[in-house]
Amino acid sequence: MNDLVPSTSPRDMTWARRKQALARVWRELRHDRAGFVSLLVLLGFGLVALSAPLIADRSLLLAAAGRNNPDLASPSAQFLLGTDDIGRDVLAQLVWGSRVSLFIGIFATVVAVVIGSVVGLVAGYVKGKVATVLLAIDEFFLVVPFLPLAIVLAVILGRSPVTLAIVIGITSWAGSARLVRAQVLTLSERAYVERARALGAGTWQIIFRHVLPGVTPLIIANATLIVPGAILTESTLSFLGFGDRLSPSWGKLLDGAQSSGSITLNAWWYYLPPGLCIITVVLAFTLFGRALERIFDPRLAGR
Amino acid sequence: MSNRYVVKKIVGALLTLFAVVIFNFFLFRIVDRDPLTKYRGRSKLSLEQRETMIRRMGLSGSKWDQFVAYIKSTLQLDFGRSFDSTRPVLREITDRLPATLILVGVSTVLTICIGLYIGAKAGWARGSRFDRVSTSTTMVLYATPEFFFGMLLLAIVAGRTGWFPTGGLRDVGTNNGFVASLLDRAHHLVLPSLTLTLGYLGSYSLIMRTSMLDTLGEDYLTTARAKGLKESDVMTHHAVPNALLPSVSAIAISFGFVIGGAITTETVFSYPGLGLATADAIRNTDLPMLQALFLVASAAVIFFNLVADLTYGLLDPRIRHSI
Repeated sequence: MNDLVPSTSPRDMTWARRKQALARVWRELRHDRAGFVSLLVLLGFGLVALSAPLIADRSLLLAAAGRNNPDLASPSAQFLLGTDDIGRDVLAQLVWGSRVSLFIGIFATVVAVVIGSVVGLVAGYVKGKVATVLLAIDEFFLVVPFLPLAIVLAVILGRSPVTLAIVIGITSWAGSARLVRAQVLTLSERAYVERARALGAGTWQIIFRHVLPGVTPLIIANATLIVPGAILTESTLSFLGFGDRLSPSWGKLLDGAQSSGSITLNAWWYYLPPGLCIITVVLAFTLFGRALERIFDPRLAGR
Repeated sequence: MSNRYVVKKIVGALLTLFAVVIFNFFLFRIVDRDPLTKYRGRSKLSLEQRETMIRRMGLSGSKWDQFVAYIKSTLQLDFGRSFDSTRPVLREITDRLPATLILVGVSTVLTICIGLYIGAKAGWARGSRFDRVSTSTTMVLYATPEFFFGMLLLAIVAGRTGWFPTGGLRDVGTNNGFVASLLDRAHHLVLPSLTLTLGYLGSYSLIMRTSMLDTLGEDYLTTARAKGLKESDVMTHHAVPNALLPSVSAIAISFGFVIGGAITTETVFSYPGLGLATADAIRNTDLPMLQALFLVASAAVIFFNLVADLTYGLLDPRIRHSI
């Protein structure tokens, strides 16, 4: 089937429509300066994270790697960002740290979005007792202060990067469940959903085939806005002692900088770069997410 | 405000608190078979001492017996003893509570006042220079972990100039009268509270700005202008009060984040409050302390949410006059 002959099967029409929608998003994103620059920044960080093994050897992270180097040496041709308190190259840790920070941030978001979407979809579409219970659980996670909750969960479940990501995911889905539910409530009143129901579609079929596609843009924009929160939470948890010093995230580097007294020793090359990396990535994700929100929801334009 | 509204909100808050208490019970019993795995001195314990400790922690007997004992001791504010200091957890908490209350109190008041002011002004003059500058600044503030602010302040203000102390609650060995010691404490409070304020200013002002934008197109503003009111009066008497309303509940939810911020801020400045106690409890895996600290933090946020709900009831005529 070529482009000149209009396709007639519903599947082809759907795909054509989706392609068009994607093209529209891309076009609008290119004209949104803050959103587009943020996307480029994020791609840059992603590239560094993926090519970390090419930039710095992993063995540079080992405690033994710094044995023959001066401790807390200021930046030089050999160590572009100086060394830490046990003589390890700060730049190597920063590059590998981008991997840990981005991985945990994104993985935690996936966990949060999956829980939030499922809870939101079900609570929005299925009424009655199930919805009441789900909303009560949602309310609980909204009210309970999330950092203390994350701390308690991390202490009990374990301190590995994967557990940290799951813990952060568990503590940050409540808001998106609310959002998805509200959207589902308006969608399920639409004629096309009622038509599907009249034709005999089951609950799950309606949720996944008819309602989910309608809330997907919202879920994507919302996910982009969960990532920065997750990265901040990860850095906070690492700063408080979770995580691994031999495979440090940016937050863990700040923890090392703080506990080694690099601040009073004026070792700015140790604490400044990881902090600036966190700010840049979090800001970029926030601006990119807001740009997506504006594109998907024209009511927000001009904010 | 009808009594029913008040009672409903109070009952709701109590139920949430009860849910936290139950959650706490199960949380600390799901993973570890041996409750003393995390106790550092456990290898030196005799079998008898182990059993006494486990019984004292309320971890002996059937799950139901444990639950009843746990609820009983929680109601009596008995949280057992800290693994680290071996003092009663309640004593540890009451000793450190005042320092945190002052820090969080001062920062919350500052954050709300400054944040709401900036947000209202920016939203009112959308697209103006003030809006663009303040919104981009608050976005950066929002993206910065508050402990990084603390580290920067330590490096710039405390380290270089020595104008402010680098940590602690007060200078050791100063004992020259009430006023002097009060000033000394205030001196120690400046940087931590500035850190916490900067850390959460961004989210408060963004909330207020959005809520201000929502009121801009409303008819009552047109009416107010048509009555010939000055633009500044339209803003302060008609736009701001209506924008404050939705902000109140959003701010109550953000308060949970401020509690989190206190944990890292106190860590950076070695400020001996509940936040530093939490950080210490993490490093020592001090489960009894963590359990109680989590309960205290949750209770604080639930209480703050209740206050916000009741304030909302007072502010919103639709609820105030409902029967």
